[in-house]
Amino acid sequence: MAQAARHRVIVPDGGASSGGPGRSGPGTDEGGAAASARRAVEAVWRIESARVVGALARYTGDFALAEDVASEALAEALVAWPRDGVPRDPTAWLLTTGRRRAIDAFRRRAGRDERYAALARDLGEGGAHAGAAPAGRDEPDLLWDPDRIDDDRLALVFVACHPVLSKEARVALTLRVVAGLTSEQVARAFLVPVPTIQARITRAKKTLAAARVPFEVPPAEERGERLASVLNVLYLIFTEGSTASGGDDWMRPDLAHEAIRLARVLVRLAPGEPEVHGLLALLELTAARFPARTGPDGEPVLLADQDRRRWDASAIRRGRAALSRAVAAGRGLGPYGLQAAIAEQHAVAPSVEATDWERIVLLYEALGRVAPSPVVELNRAVAVSMASGPASALEIVDTLVATDVLRGSYLLPSVRGELLTRLGRRDEARGELELAARLCGNRRERSVLERKAASL
Amino acid sequence: MPKYMLIMRGTDEGQAAFEEIDFTEVIAAMGRYNESMMDAGVLVAGEGLADASEGSVVDFSNESPVVTDGPYGETKELFNGFWILDVASKEEAVEWAKRAPLSGPGTKLEVRRVNGVEDFPQDNEWVQKEAEWRKQLGTE
Repeated sequence: MAQAARHRVIVPDGGASSGGPGRSGPGTDEGGAAASARRAVEAVWRIESARVVGALARYTGDFALAEDVASEALAEALVAWPRDGVPRDPTAWLLTTGRRRAIDAFRRRAGRDERYAALARDLGEGGAHAGAAPAGRDEPDLLWDPDRIDDDRLALVFVACHPVLSKEARVALTLRVVAGLTSEQVARAFLVPVPTIQARITRAKKTLAAARVPFEVPPAEERGERLASVLNVLYLIFTEGSTASGGDDWMRPDLAHEAIRLARVLVRLAPGEPEVHGLLALLELTAARFPARTGPDGEPVLLADQDRRRWDASAIRRGRAALSRAVAAGRGLGPYGLQAAIAEQHAVAPSVEATDWERIVLLYEALGRVAPSPVVELNRAVAVSMASGPASALEIVDTLVATDVLRGSYLLPSVRGELLTRLGRRDEARGELELAARLCGNRRERSVLERKAASL
Repeated sequence: MPKYMLIMRGTDEGQAAFEEIDFTEVIAAMGRYNESMMDAGVLVAGEGLADASEGSVVDFSNESPVVTDGPYGETKELFNGFWILDVASKEEAVEWAKRAPLSGPGTKLEVRRVNGVEDFPQDNEWVQKEAEWRKQLGTE
């Protein structure tokens, strides 16, 4: 039923997407009144989805049903609002419609199970509007408990990022219900067909139901592991956005921006968790460099070659403020906080040469203790080469080579080649850079490596 | 990441109506509004302006600027303050604007996109200087 409603209404609209290239700047016509009404509905949904789904999930005690009926309410809004105008209280409209659909669902199930009949009776109290046009403000008050909204939204985040789900499912569900993107927007973001995303979300809801995942903020003993999963999902969304091929599709949602917005939301919902502030700091400080990260022809510009004047000063300020909140918690920085602290060192440095590399070495050492990985070790080697020269860095890299953990990665020979170049060992350097070029999957980066090798 | 400015505009009449409301109520309503935008992760800056009667107007209509005290004269609308929002689309900015706790005859919120780095030629010396200044000022 929910699927059918969604298919009927939210198919990508050719008229809406034919508005031509370019940013939706001032004065661009993106396809007439219907498309504009539809974008207005989507804007409300972005703001309200988490509260609507959260409140419905608490009300029904069933996350999957809540997501279904909220989707149906959105689908109805996409038909009704362009036709009748946007209601004065759009949130109340969505909640009322969602609640009516939930009662309908319970009544359908009541034929099979008396428990649902009782639920439908309980929930339907004051539900005289069932079947009628959504009413104004009276009904949703039953759902709208201001003291619980934040708990409901936080529970929603934890459920969407639950470890029983695959990473892909967590990402899709979080963007859908917490960030309030439509399935079409999520599909465009990942360049996959809409049914793929819908199937992913349907499967995710089944998995949560099968695992009997309760709709709640996890208890203290589970909280650390569950929070780590939430932070990881936001980080994955961010990296998907920051490595995306880019701005050729103007309808494609900016996933890096979505991740930052979600991290800001999470900071408000869980202000006592230093790593949440650490993650927000890392994302803000990384995104601050975006304006300088590509050249005029879209080619990647390395940190060392970036025009630092193009870095976003306000994002740097927000990132540093978030990092200082993580530090102020006094429990030491976690992996995200430490990466943010490294990003901060770059953000405040006027140039590569004037960067405090010794501090960055210390931060990488700390990161290697809390989250050991060969990639962290390789980054530490690069920082060491900047702080105290290529010879001591080469020792770290050669240890990594000996352990063989990064075999097949172009990063190791590329760093080793750089260090050998600086040490004047040109023949060995050329061999390493040629190996790195063969292993590198990215065409642009490969040509940079080939050029370097050829110049030796 | 487009940013939008919500600009509070109003006539004297609207301003007067707004001042009828109890000040603590105004603060609470604005506080709740600002908090909802913080909770949603969209608010990045905002300021309210002191009473227009404390101000001056510098008029450039003639050859040399003419200064008058207060907003009096030909002013039909007052600029009373602004918010800057970090949102995905103009529609989202408009949706937030609709939720502002404002009322009164002639009271308006104008929604405008804030120019970003991509709106200016980056090889211009003044554009480059401004980028440096932003770092010092910490401005949006």
